[in-house]
Amino acid sequence: MDKNKKFLAAGFLVSIFLAGVVSFYASSDPDGLEKVAEDIGFIETAKDHTYADGVLADYGVKGIENERASVGVAGVIGVIGTAVVAGLLFTFIARKPNKALK
Amino acid sequence: MHIPDGFIDVQTSAVFAGLAAAGVAVSLKGARKQLDEKSAPLAGLTAVFIFAVQMLNFPVVAGTSGHLIGAALAAVLVGPWAATLALTVVLIMQAFLFADGGLTALGLSTFNMSIIAVWVGYGVFLLVKKILPKTKSSIVMAAAIGALLSVPAAAIGFTIQYAMGATATFSVSTVFGAMVGTHVLIGIGEALITGLTVSAVLASRSDLVYGWKGNETQLEIRHG
Repeated sequence: MDKNKKFLAAGFLVSIFLAGVVSFYASSDPDGLEKVAEDIGFIETAKDHTYADGVLADYGVKGIENERASVGVAGVIGVIGTAVVAGLLFTFIARKPNKALK
Repeated sequence: MHIPDGFIDVQTSAVFAGLAAAGVAVSLKGARKQLDEKSAPLAGLTAVFIFAVQMLNFPVVAGTSGHLIGAALAAVLVGPWAATLALTVVLIMQAFLFADGGLTALGLSTFNMSIIAVWVGYGVFLLVKKILPKTKSSIVMAAAIGALLSVPAAAIGFTIQYAMGATATFSVSTVFGAMVGTHVLIGIGEALITGLTVSAVLASRSDLVYGWKGNETQLEIRHG
């Protein structure tokens, strides 16, 4: 494995660990915008999310009761999904077909 | 700072969706010129890492948490064009898969985090880098200061959107004060995480760091 691939693999594993394991320990307090909206009062104007009942809504897997497993699996799915989408996008962007030949 | 649907009216959301789309289009062009076979996978990894770290809300003050945006981090690691694209991919994944950030508000959030935070973070990074000596620790410091300011900048972005099209009627100056005050504190966490990450990548693979590249060339010229 060349050193670029090693770096990518290491970064990917760190991301899996953070999203799959460490995420369970994240603070569940409202974030900055949410807290400001609560304190000032405009939180009432928020609408339910279109996919509020989705399988992965709020970083949990529907049907997995264990909280640690639920957020962990959701995190791993997110990391893999982001890797696929971002990987395809950037590979496609960086492709420079036949530029050198012209 | 993922905006839910309903905070900002549909017209204003549409305006910012247009602006965000234009910003992404320009970034696609810029990234196309800049990325090559070596840097493209790193841009993908940056998106993945930001997704993961955005899950890690840290406590700020009583009852409030914050999490990394990652805009300055991405801009320093892979350049501002790819940074905008990486952040946008993360926001799309979060909105569509994890119900985090409203769908009609996606343009608003993208404008604040993928465009404002990236360019303020990167602009401040360049300025600070210019006045500091050309060392790796200066790059870390410049990235951290860029990160620190990128978060209140995105919060000001939200305040502008609130001023233009809030569905609520609370005063803009109240929202401005609360948003900036809270997000300066979250910015400290952003600065720490950004500084640590940039310093780790510089220590292991400085050749991959976009924001460090000019320095290495200059060193080579001097020695040659």
